[in-house]
Amino acid sequence: MGLFEKIFSREKKEKLDQGLEKTKSSLLGKIGKALAGKSSIDEGFLDDLEEILVTSDVGIETTLKIIERIENRVQRDKYLTESELNTMLREEIADLLPDQDDTLSRDFHLPNGTKPYVIMVVGVNGVGKTTTIGKLAHQFKAKGHKVVLGAADTFRAAAVEQLKIWGQRTGVEVVEKGMNADPASVAFEAVKAACEKEADVCIIDTAGRLHNKVNLMNELSKIKRVMQKVVPGAPHEVLLVLDASTGQNAFEQARQFTAATEVNALALTKLDGTAKGGVVIGVSEQFKTPVRYIGVGEGMEDLQVFNKYEFIDSLFSN
Amino acid sequence: MFENLSSRLERAFKSIKGQGKITELNIAETIKEIRKALVDADVNYKIAKSFTDRVKDKAMGQNVLTSVSPGQLMIKIVNDELKELLGGTTEELQIQGNPAIILIAGLQGSGKTTFSGKLARHIKGKGRNPLLVAGDVYRPAAIEQLKVLGEQVEVSVYTEEGNKNPVEIANNAIRYAKQNGNNVVIIDTAGRLSVDEEMMNEIARVKAAVKPQEILFVVDAMTGQDAVNTAQVFNERLDFNGVVLTKMDGDTRGGAALSIKSVVNKPIKFVSMGEKMDALDVFHPDRMASRILGMGDIVSLVERAQQVFDEEEADRLQKKIRGNDFDFDDFFKQLQQIKKMGNIKDLMGMIPGVGKAIKDVDINDDSFKNVESIIQSMTPFERKNPDSLNGSRKKRIATGAGRDITEVNKLVKQFEDMRKMMKSMNKMQGGMGGRMPKMPFRR
Repeated sequence: MGLFEKIFSREKKEKLDQGLEKTKSSLLGKIGKALAGKSSIDEGFLDDLEEILVTSDVGIETTLKIIERIENRVQRDKYLTESELNTMLREEIADLLPDQDDTLSRDFHLPNGTKPYVIMVVGVNGVGKTTTIGKLAHQFKAKGHKVVLGAADTFRAAAVEQLKIWGQRTGVEVVEKGMNADPASVAFEAVKAACEKEADVCIIDTAGRLHNKVNLMNELSKIKRVMQKVVPGAPHEVLLVLDASTGQNAFEQARQFTAATEVNALALTKLDGTAKGGVVIGVSEQFKTPVRYIGVGEGMEDLQVFNKYEFIDSLFSN
Repeated sequence: MFENLSSRLERAFKSIKGQGKITELNIAETIKEIRKALVDADVNYKIAKSFTDRVKDKAMGQNVLTSVSPGQLMIKIVNDELKELLGGTTEELQIQGNPAIILIAGLQGSGKTTFSGKLARHIKGKGRNPLLVAGDVYRPAAIEQLKVLGEQVEVSVYTEEGNKNPVEIANNAIRYAKQNGNNVVIIDTAGRLSVDEEMMNEIARVKAAVKPQEILFVVDAMTGQDAVNTAQVFNERLDFNGVVLTKMDGDTRGGAALSIKSVVNKPIKFVSMGEKMDALDVFHPDRMASRILGMGDIVSLVERAQQVFDEEEADRLQKKIRGNDFDFDDFFKQLQQIKKMGNIKDLMGMIPGVGKAIKDVDINDDSFKNVESIIQSMTPFERKNPDSLNGSRKKRIATGAGRDITEVNKLVKQFEDMRKMMKSMNKMQGGMGGRMPKMPFRR
């Protein structure tokens, strides 16, 4: 626990635990029951595990993968105690989740030498992109970084207005050209303004779009390309926002958004609800894209840096 | 995409072939495959289980040695069962009463506000005079969003800036509606999590205060396993009348529809697809069933085509075809439009029955490349005047494109055949006003 203590303040840990309470109680509750009085893994346990994982939206393929790994382990380690099994599950799931570059996002630090650090936020409609940006702005600002936001969702009714309100709340500048402006030009202007004002981080909001809309996905590629004209290498982070309540369609979302914009980070929102967001395990594994942030509420503070060990610890610790 | 059910079943049924009847023993593998397919489509784990149990009961003892293959027979049983579960009683929207009150509820980001706008437009189209009420007092700019949508559909929007009490706003809005002759009141509400006790109490209070004729639960079609919990809690608290599935223009299988229907047994009243205000449809259980099963979806194919084909361009093309001056430039443009629709194999997979046939065929998107390079090696004059293509021109084109002369000849021949066909079609239509009928799928 010592390691986690260092990374997470107690307050944050509590919030994460609260957010994950539902996941935790169902996983541990069922596994605990399944294990009572048993000294080795059996079919009944595997059935329960399968049910727990599948009903957490982990998906069949990933679930079978986890089960296979555990079965292989059991063949080696014949005698299991409950705590051994918990450790094993934790390790197997941790192995599936790629590590993220901790220096990048831990406690909302920014990499040295990249200024402005440009983040482009993408995702389907209604996953919480704008809210996540508002929270990110707040967190970066609290760490003493200068932040500029770009309102490139010029399509959805009142989206610019929504980002402007977040700008006021967090005391951060928002670059906007109103509704129906060309999103690529808004992104261009925002990155330019960030350079001129010597901002540390520039976050670009984009309109929600379903990943199967070819033209809209092409537009997204264009928005991304345009930023490179101002800052070579921008955007440094393409953050795909996934809603924890989304099922297996998250795979297609990740596939299409990655194809259009080379997504290199994930954010998982709405983890404070009953949804478990288990699909992110398979998505993160398949696309080798780390989960960077999790959203656990509607307040400005309710965004946390994702740490897989902490995440899994919260799933399995008592 | 996930493997569709038919190819899974074909595989599972290898074990049954040659056996006379479907029995407990030989059906086990098939049932497992069906359950997997359903869970992959986001049907709730437990519901998939009870569903497949029902399917098993129906299938048991059926003769395999009929005209259809056991795989086809099973698919029919599954499909029929799904349709029955998804369909059932379809009730009309209750908009009688003066004013009739409709309350919209759901999670954050499910699409309540967009749907409210669409519903207002739909109701207005029925000759009623709706009023939209901005009851989402929490999310920044939610009120603004409804105002913009109201303007788009030309429906008035009742707002109270600064008032944070949705019960008061709803009551005041109804009073306003009575005074202003609005006979349907649509109350948009803030998104809320089912575990948020305070917020669930709030919407229950709105319900108690305004006694709506109709409460619609709005849910994202991409929702996974959690659809069951959320629908259950909202139903316990609100006893809603109907479900609205949103974002159906995506490529999700939409298994959540089955989960919700099974848990709360309330009709799915609308499906919402896209951000345009007219993109609202009634629910078709048969379409939804094939969608969940990953069977051919011709409707999606047409929708995909409509999305990329430019109507103006189509009109221009029609004129050219009528005037019999369809040339290589037009042909080239057509190829580009087809390519824009996406992966050719995916597209063909949407045609019922084709999916399996091309499963192992490698169709790459470069299949047009040779044709394109030949056309691009023509001069603008040649493209505009296909008749000018004589032997020496064809030879030059072949060299330029790096293709064999026979390929050029083949393309030119195909192109000429195409033109001949267009010509004869024009003659056929000449007597009927000369205008080609439009595709019947447009809403």
